[in-house]
Amino acid sequence: MNAHELRRVLCIAAAAIAGHVTQALEIVIPEGWDSPTKVAVVPFGSAMHPDEPDPTASVDLAGIVAFDLTRSGQFSLLPSANMLSYPSAPDQVYFRDWRLLDLDYLVIGRAWTEASGAVSVVYHLFDVTSEREVASSRITAAAEKLRDIAHRISDEVYEHITGIRGAFSTKLLYVLVENAATRTPTYNLMVADSDGARARTVFRSMEPLLSPTWAPDAGRIAYVSFEKGRSTIVVQNLATGERIHVAAFPGINGAPEFSPDGTKLAMSLSRDGNAEIYTLDLASRELRRITRWPTAIDTEPSWTADGESLIFTSDRPGKPQIYHIGLDRLDAERLTWEGDYNARARLLPNGRHLVYVHRRERVYHIAWQDMERGTVRVLTQTSLDESPSLSPNGAMMIYATQDLGRGILAVVSIDNGFSYLLPEAAGDVRDPAWSPFIDALGDRH
Amino acid sequence: MIRQLFGALSALVLAGTLISGCQSATQDPGPQPEVVDEAVSKPPEKPPEPETKKPPFNERGEVVHPVTRMPLSTTFYFEYDQSRLAQDDIGVLAVHAQILRDNRNYSVQLDGHCDERGTREYNLALGERRWQAVRRYLISAGVRSTQIEGTSFGEERPVDPGHDESAWSKNRRAEMSYSR
Repeated sequence: MNAHELRRVLCIAAAAIAGHVTQALEIVIPEGWDSPTKVAVVPFGSAMHPDEPDPTASVDLAGIVAFDLTRSGQFSLLPSANMLSYPSAPDQVYFRDWRLLDLDYLVIGRAWTEASGAVSVVYHLFDVTSEREVASSRITAAAEKLRDIAHRISDEVYEHITGIRGAFSTKLLYVLVENAATRTPTYNLMVADSDGARARTVFRSMEPLLSPTWAPDAGRIAYVSFEKGRSTIVVQNLATGERIHVAAFPGINGAPEFSPDGTKLAMSLSRDGNAEIYTLDLASRELRRITRWPTAIDTEPSWTADGESLIFTSDRPGKPQIYHIGLDRLDAERLTWEGDYNARARLLPNGRHLVYVHRRERVYHIAWQDMERGTVRVLTQTSLDESPSLSPNGAMMIYATQDLGRGILAVVSIDNGFSYLLPEAAGDVRDPAWSPFIDALGDRH
Repeated sequence: MIRQLFGALSALVLAGTLISGCQSATQDPGPQPEVVDEAVSKPPEKPPEPETKKPPFNERGEVVHPVTRMPLSTTFYFEYDQSRLAQDDIGVLAVHAQILRDNRNYSVQLDGHCDERGTREYNLALGERRWQAVRRYLISAGVRSTQIEGTSFGEERPVDPGHDESAWSKNRRAEMSYSR
């Protein structure tokens, strides 16, 4: 067994540890995935007194954290079976045990139930080489927020080690189609944790649902629904369930995307004859036409971070390509030049890189492009890939693809190509949208 | 009678040419002049009497040729990434146009569809181009725009859920349904 194979086994084992908490994922480790940071997350200790309720009995906090870190593609996790000791407090840590296992970082923790019924978790992150505590924190929250606490710990550990804000405390929005290959499919709009756990239906329809997207506050979503027999755009409040049909013009009502300040939606409408880009002010309902190209399909708008311009798909050169347009001067500029099908682009948070659907030799992949250098890199190894959506820290991308004819979601690391498939037992999944950062515990500003 | 029909079709050729002229920059130039020429050179056999006695529907509710009473195709297929009508469909559409001209109280609903390849939103717009290609032909053939409604379903409603060329070719289509 060479080092490459060893890493692969370690990683799958790490995923399997968490398997009883969520579900085992199929992880694909790319060629040249070079020695990631080695981390151990020791199973968390529980109450000091045996008669107190043990929060870790219902939720495997360490398993969730280990699973989060594994999924990022930047860490190799030590399976708990290979640990030489199981400390849950700093005075129980013997660094020799962890140096022997060639580890870089160690996470330990303990959880208990407060008299109020709330749950408290303390964790410590150690740098094994320097034998120093890097971070430590106590988090208290309602008992049903244990998974949120675990993801918060993942975020903090990730940020302390990489310097990049963690995006594990985020949600995924996607469409789950039950009975997809029958005459009576059911369309479910789903919201789940970033690891696929706690999936719930937020809207269900017998007619197609597509293009779901998040408002920047993560409290509202927008999507296209065919519930009226044709495409309309709906904005839904996730807390109240209130739904408003904000665009039901003649023709296509498609591709909604919230502006960075949440006050507007960019969309594609064919009300004036063919698909053009518009912005809709959600308060005043004022509609502004952005593109005027009567012979081309203009669709899939997405905002730049400053809210002053859009990128969009247009087939004005004959086949779809990505364009940029400033909202003041309405001057469209073509951004993609490689290949004859580039569509549905999304900007990375740095504003310099794009991901989009890219067709190469009749196969659809997701490509990444550096707009300054013009470099294009294919990120995905699957086929029929579409709907790329980025984690809010720009480190990961989720997209829709197919496995044995069934729609599935896959996640790939932008930097190193590490990828995994999100399992979905009950049907065909598609159209994923990664949420903005979410403050699930209500204390992060 | 035949001369009248020929005159009407010549006008259509002109209209079709004008429309495709307007659309020259697009991928989808609509009915091509040569395609319509063929329709002119082979007009529907035995043009029906202006006052059709029997409604052009059989007992199953299918639309039929007004004279031969043979069921008429109501699904029109498209090439990959294209929204141009197939030559074979022009003759059938000419009969549909005749029925709609003779029965101004009839209307048709056109649904545009795509195969699963490419992005969902682009396909939503491509599905619209497909039903609009049918609409443009019908209007150029004298059908009133008020007789035609259309909806694009993009790739959302495949007839064949498979993931190969056989399924894809069945899914790239425009479907016509009558209401009367």
